[in-house]
This record gives sequence, C-alpha cells and structure tokens, in this order.
Amino acid sequence: MPIPSPFHERTQALCSSYRWKDWSGYCAVCSFDVSHEREYFAFRQSAGLLDVSPLYKYEVTGPDAAALLARMMVRDVSQLKVGRVAYTCWCDDGGKVIDDGTVARLASDHFRVTAADPTLHWLQAAGRGFDVTVEDSSTRLAALALQGPTSRAILRAAVTGADLDALKFFGVTRATVGTVPVWISRTGYTGDLGYEVWCERGDALALWDALIEAGRPHGIEPAGLDALDVTRIEAGFILLGVDYFSAKKVVLASRKSTPLELGFGWMVDLERGRFIGRDAIAAEKERGSVWQLVGLEVSWEELEALYESFNLPPSLPATARRDALPVYNDEGLQVGQATSHTWSPLLKKYLAIASVHRGYEAKGTKLQIEHTVEYERRKVTATVAPPPFYDPERKRKP
Amino acid sequence: MTGTKYDAIVVGAGHNGLVCAAYLAKAGRKVLVLERRHQVGGATTSEEIHPGFTFSCCSYVVSLLRPWIIRDLDLPRYGYEILPLEATVTPFPDGRCLVRDSDPERTRRSIAKLSPRDAEVYKRFGQEMAELGRLIKPLIDDVAPDPLSRDPRELLRLGRLGKHLRGQGDEWLFANAKIMTMSAVDFLSEWFESEELIAPMAVSGIIGTFLGIRSPGTAYVLLHHYMGEIDGSFRAWGLPKGGTGAIANAMARSARDLGVEIRTEAPVAHLLMEKGKAAGVVLGNGDEIRAQVVISGLDPHRTFLKLVGEEHLEPELAQQVKRFKMRGSSGKVNLALDALPRLACLPEYGPHLQGGITIAPSIDYLERAYDDAKYGAFSRKPFMDVLIPSLTDPTVAPPGKHTMSIFVQYAPYHLKEGAADWPNQREAFGDAVIDTLSEYMPDLKDHILHRQVLTPWDLEQIYGLTEGNIFHGELSLEQLAFLRPMAGWSRYQTPVKNLWMCASGTHPGGGIMGVPGALCARTLLGKRAV
Ligand SMILES: Cc1cc2nc3c(=O)[nH]c(=O)nc-3n(C[C@H](O)[C@H](O)[C@H](O)COP(=O)(O)OP(=O)(O)OC[C@H]3O[C@@H](n4cnc5c(N)ncnc54)[C@H](O)[C@@H]3O)c2cc1C
Repeated sequence: MPIPSPFHERTQALCSSYRWKDWSGYCAVCSFDVSHEREYFAFRQSAGLLDVSPLYKYEVTGPDAAALLARMMVRDVSQLKVGRVAYTCWCDDGGKVIDDGTVARLASDHFRVTAADPTLHWLQAAGRGFDVTVEDSSTRLAALALQGPTSRAILRAAVTGADLDALKFFGVTRATVGTVPVWISRTGYTGDLGYEVWCERGDALALWDALIEAGRPHGIEPAGLDALDVTRIEAGFILLGVDYFSAKKVVLASRKSTPLELGFGWMVDLERGRFIGRDAIAAEKERGSVWQLVGLEVSWEELEALYESFNLPPSLPATARRDALPVYNDEGLQVGQATSHTWSPLLKKYLAIASVHRGYEAKGTKLQIEHTVEYERRKVTATVAPPPFYDPERKRKP
Repeated sequence: MTGTKYDAIVVGAGHNGLVCAAYLAKAGRKVLVLERRHQVGGATTSEEIHPGFTFSCCSYVVSLLRPWIIRDLDLPRYGYEILPLEATVTPFPDGRCLVRDSDPERTRRSIAKLSPRDAEVYKRFGQEMAELGRLIKPLIDDVAPDPLSRDPRELLRLGRLGKHLRGQGDEWLFANAKIMTMSAVDFLSEWFESEELIAPMAVSGIIGTFLGIRSPGTAYVLLHHYMGEIDGSFRAWGLPKGGTGAIANAMARSARDLGVEIRTEAPVAHLLMEKGKAAGVVLGNGDEIRAQVVISGLDPHRTFLKLVGEEHLEPELAQQVKRFKMRGSSGKVNLALDALPRLACLPEYGPHLQGGITIAPSIDYLERAYDDAKYGAFSRKPFMDVLIPSLTDPTVAPPGKHTMSIFVQYAPYHLKEGAADWPNQREAFGDAVIDTLSEYMPDLKDHILHRQVLTPWDLEQIYGLTEGNIFHGELSLEQLAFLRPMAGWSRYQTPVKNLWMCASGTHPGGGIMGVPGALCARTLLGKRAV
C-alpha cells in the first residue's frame, strides 16, 4: 500500500477528485480536479506546483565522488562545475540503459543524483574501491517542482539568499524560502521555465505554504501527474518503464535499449576514457543502432476523416496514454511502436513518442499508426518529427 | 507613387485580412496589408489601456477559430495559446446561483436545484446540439453553397451536401428546420422547464444581433455556440493567452514570415478606380499603390460606400448594400481592478471565477432589456457576459491585480437622440453597467482603478465597425450563407472588377474564425485571379 508523501496533508485536502496513484510507493495525485486541464494550462501559462518527493535521491560525497560518477554515468559529470546540474543516463556493462536522471554538483565533493528507480545498489557496486559515501536521501528530502512561465516571479517573491535571475538553466543554488533552507535547481520535466525545490522532510509543509502564498498573485495551481504527463510528451522527455525499460528489469534482451537508440547520443563522449558500457556503445556506433526513438505527429485531417466515415466526431482520450500502439511502414509491415501518446491542447496536435527500426527515423518520414474506432482497428498517417515538440524560449532564457 | 507592384493589397489588418494575406503569400504571391490603426487585429485586439493592464478591448473569448487554419499558419509557434474557460456562473438577485462547469456531475447537481428534470436533460441537450453543429460544419468550412449554380462541380457539391444532410435521417431534418425558424426561448422551452436555466442559455442566440431572445431566428445563433471548437473536438469557449490581440499578432508574425508586408497607420482613403475596375488604392496621404487585385477586409458598407464610393456603383447595387443590416446592439466595459471582487452568491475564491459570469437572471429580464433598445435607449438593466481574464492568464495584469471584461447588450447604435449623442450618454451607460453588476458583486466599485466604456459609436470611431456592429453585419438568417453579403456575391468576389472581400461580412460570418479570410484566398487562387 502506498504511503503519504511529506506534502500529503496539503495535497489530500485539495484533491477533490480523489484521483491518486502509486508513484514509487507513495500516494501521488493524478489530478486535483476531475479534469487535469486547468493544471496542464497552469504549467504552460502561469505555474503548476507538483510534489516530486517520490523521486529517488542519493547524496554521493567524498574525495572520489566525481571519479565514481564519471565512471558510472554516460556523461562526464566530473567536468561539472559546482552549482551545475547535468541530465544523463547510466548503463550496464553491455551498454544497455539502466535509468536516466540528473546529477547536481552541490559542492566539489558532493553530488546529488536523482533516479526513477532505486539505485543505491548500483552506486555501491560501481563505487567499490572508490573513497566515497553514498546516502539514500530519498525519504529524508522532500521536493516540489514549480514549473511554468511565472515560476521565476514566484520564487523571486518567496526566496531570500539567492539571486534567481543569475540561476541559469540547469543551475543549482542554496536559498531560503520563508525560514526553510532549500536547494533550488532550474530543472524539470515539463520542458518549460521551471524549478525544483528541495528541503528537509520536516520543513515540507512550511515550504508548500510559502510557495502557495507567494504564488497566488501569479496564478499558481497545485498540479498532478496527469498534467505532467502531457507536458513531458510535448517536451519529448522519455519515461522509464513506459518508453523504455531498465536493463536490470527486463527478461527479454530485445527489450533493452542503448543510449544511442534513445536519442542520448549527445551525452556520450567515447574519447574521455573508460566508463561503464563504453565499449559496447563504441561498437554500436560502428555497427549502427537497431532502433531509434522518434517523435510522431499524427495526421489530424486523417483522424477526422476516419471518424467521419463512422459518422462520428473525432474523439481522443482526455489524458496522455501509455498503451503502446503498433507503427507500420507504407507496406503495412510493423516497424515500431508508439509508447506514449497525447493530444496536445497547446499545439493542437496528436503527438506520440515511438521507437522505430533503423531507416525510418528521418524527419518527415511518413508512417502509419494504429487507431481504433468503434472496435475497429484502422491506421492513420503519422509523420516523424524530432522532439521536442514544444520548446519555448523562456525555458533557457537568462 | 511607389514602384513595387503587388499581386494583392489587403485593406485592413483585421484577423481575416491577415489570414487571407498569409494564405496568398504561402502560395507565393506578393501581398501588402494596409491598416489604418497603429496596430493590427481590428476587433481582435489587446491594448494596454491602463498602465500594466492589458484589455482585450473588443472580442474576448475564442471558439470558432478553425483548427486547420491554426495548423496551416503554424500559429502556436507564433504565440497562439488558448486556455479553457472553467465555468459559467449565473447569479440570481435573491443570492442563489447556477454553476455550469466542466464537471458534468457538479453541473447536474447545480441544475437539479432549479429543476431535477432539467438536470437530467441537460447533458443530452448538449450532445444533440453538438451533433447538429457537427453536421452543419461542412457549411462553415467551405464556400457558401450556390443554389442557382449550373456548374456541374457545384451541383455535385450540393448533391453531396444534400446527401450528407439527408443521410442524417428525418429526425435531424425536423430538428434542423425548427432551429432555423424558432426563437431561442421557444426552442429551449421544448427541452427545459426552468426559466432560470433557459435565460442564460438563450443569450447565445442574441449576441451581436438586434433581436430579443423571443425573436424568431435566434435559435439558430445558439447553434453557432455549440460549434465552438477548441481542440478539434467540439468544446467550450476559451481565453487566448495575452488577450485576443495575441491571436492577431501571431497571425501577423506568421504572415510576415511568409513574406507579407504589413503597414500600420496607413489608412486607405479610397480605391484607385480605372475604367470601372479596381487598380489599386489611394492612401490617406495621397500615395497611390497598385496591385492586380484589392481585397477588402472591411465590412460591406465601408467597402462599397467608402472604399469604392457610391459614384462608382450601380444604383441598385448601392441599394442592396445599404439594405444589409449593420445596426450594432452591443457595447463593452473593461475594468482594471486592484483586487478580486467577490460574488455575493459564491463569495469564496475558486475556479468558478475563472469562467464567465452571465447576468441573465430571467427571460423577462432579458426581454425588458430588449424593450429599452427597441425604443432607442440602452438597457437600464442589461444582459452582461463578464470575465476576469487575469485569473487564468496572469500576464494581463500586475500580480494580485485583475482585469474584467464586460460584454453588454443592448446598446443600440441608433439612439433616440441619434448615434452622435453617444458621447453624451457614454458615462451614463457605463454607470448602468457597473450599478447593475454591483447588485451581484457588492464590492466591485471599491476596486475599480480604471474603466473603459466602449459604445457602438466608439466601436465605429475606433475600430471602423460600421454602426458598431461586432460581426460586420448581423448574423441573422437572411444575411447568411449565399445571402452574405448579397445574393449572388457570396463567393468573396464583388460586382466591382478586381475587388474582393475577405472579412466577417462574407460567408460564414463574424467572430474570430478566420474562415472568410482563408476561403477568400482559396477562391482567388482557385480562379487564378492572382
Ligand atoms: C465588442 C466586441 C466583442 C466581440 N466579442 C467576440 C468574442 O468574444 N468572440 C468572437 O469570436 N468574436 C467576438 N467579436 C467579433 C469579432 O471580434 C469580429 O467578428 C472579428 O474580429 C472581425 O474580424 P475581421 O478581420 O473580419 O474585421 P475587423 O477586425 O473589423 O478588421 C477590419 C480592419 O480594417 C481596418 N480598417 C478600417 N478602415 C480602414 C481603412 N480605410 N484603411 C485601412 N484599414 C482600415 C480596421 O482598423 C480593422 O483593423 C466581438 C466584436 C466586438 C466589437
């Protein structure tokens, strides 16, 4: 049975829909109201406040902290300056991805790693022989994501002891909110201007109250996971357990993915010396990848025509979906699957994240995606478009 | 005289003019848009009227802008974003209220307090209206059908349309015939028993018309509101981020990227007429600019009587133009507020405020408001559609402060004392609006920092809307489809050679929809007229 998060007292009072789900063993709000629409638009128009405490968090400290993480991560995080964060993935020896997350350098010998899955054992296994201490801070720390165009104005009003305007995209700083000491990183999962705020568990409610109070004039809304799921697809972020599976968890080898297949190639520097999975990735680079992660835009005109042929108005699920749909080439051969899909209320497009066989990944390639109307399985055209689908300037603007 | 020769000049940078220009440029044509005001948008405009407060001075919500236009012109990339409206609240004078929102069960419970029977029927009604709307949608997404045509292609199209409609079965045909002829109140009374539900639902039938909710023909206008399409599927109305002006700005940016040249503060005095044909335009400063075709984004009165000039029109044509009913009937009051006012019926802060507040407490109330107008006065107790856009879109007001948009009907252009008397009555009209609204929001007056009152006379002066008609001519049945703006000339071409029309005075009509502009461009290109 899932347990309450440090913010539960506040979120459960607001969750009039009673719509919850299990996120890493915690009760997490799907949407506060019956529809997630208002929360979605808060992320894009003002600011949404989301409890992200269930994320796994680890403090890696000690003289060899940088060296250990440089070995474990695909990205060379030892080059990270203090006060910077990197998004990265990590692999097993065979170059298959275990998980993806962020690494923040809080001090020269202190890194914070976030992960979707429990990672302590892997940090310990990879860290054998290194002079480091690994602490699982997952339950000690509470975290909130404050995402959306007014998030900076809200923090400016709420924060002392930090210059928000100097905090660059993927920067991290210490600060105080009210009386609560926090870490603030300019990161998030919505692809918009946004921050994540970390505090000690006991301070959670005070942090929540201070942000809500400061946020009221700026249109802050508590938001849940349904709204997040739409924004993360718009932003082209993949999700472990949905768009790919951890190499440590699957039974079939064919279900594993590599960084190159997942579009993480830009993280990889093969020249920098050894890291876990390096040789396998180098070999794959020679050979070419089998799969490629792509974005798809489904033709609305064809969908409309399809529904029209049933004498129905077009209708799509109200929330983002994770039921995988087969993707075909123009000869009707299945060449991949769409693993996340959603209607984007902002872009007025039906978007999908998919994995396709090599040869079908070029931008503009026309594929077919399955779509069921009145229990009949049909196909409509879906065009390959490289994610992100939505990438506002404000996200990285100083 | 300028040297450049344009394929087309669009007069007026209203949203339709911009859409038309963008589509032409997309097809490779060289297009110039000339706008009289200092900014684009026409009645789709947002302006900082009070420091820090951006008002959508005229139009304030959007529903009919076609998704295919949004996609074709890539508007989201240029800043087009729509936020859904949460709810409609109808307060009653005795302190009760009706709340309809996106949660069907909550809505059902609220209606049940007025009538348990109506609560059950309400959802079904919405479905049937959406269904009706969907079936006539082909009519608004394409050029008007031409019942007199002998062109085999047109006959084929009519045949298909007829089949499409007949295919819906007799029931649908009957429903359709009813909705075309009945009054909004009569039509709604076939479904509902509670007057307090019927009244706020019926107002959609009178927006922008000089008719009352008991006038025949108003049922059809209701349907327009159920056609509002936000997400490609049929949905409620929405609020554009940054105000409706942001839509026009997105269109202008898209058009410019496609190569359109847009000049503001460039009023066109009249057309350049040569041998009875339009050869270009003459600007207010005397400059002449030539083009293969001139496309008017103005209403039919202004197009023919001002741009062309009566001296160039056949007398019968001039007569026909003058018969096209403008007669504006609505006004707008926009407020800058230093804090959120409270609704007497629901004083606590909540999402219900992020929607429309409809002042339409009873059928008699609305009919009485119309009575005032019939005799040449503004309604002492008007129908009002009130919105607080800053609650959903905080960018339009300083933090913690708010904007309020109040659409008001009736405010007849033709006052008993004459339209020119509006400047003398403007403040009294504003007072009537604020006084009436204060009955439902007792602390409203304490929070007003600034008030902008737009009478139909002002709409004409500032935005160039003849007689202040918000839709470039009433959306009444005798002025729609192949009769808009005139029988025989519904396809954007005009009796004046090389002069075309692309704005709300043409099929399918007014509202932020973009279809007249898009279809005009499509027709021009199809006929290789440019
Ligand atoms: C008060 C009000 C409220 C409304 N509310 C809504 C609403 O909520 N939702 C909705 O969908 N619709 C609403 N409407 C209707 C909608 O705004 C209009 O139908 C639509 O904006 C008209 O667009 P258009 O391009 O056809 O014409 P316009 O916007 O009228 O454009 C005409 C342009 O031509 C310019 N012009 C005029 N004369 C000249 C000249 N001689 N030379 C150069 N340029 C010239 C004008 O300045 C203007 O920019 C409202 C309208 C008003 C007035």
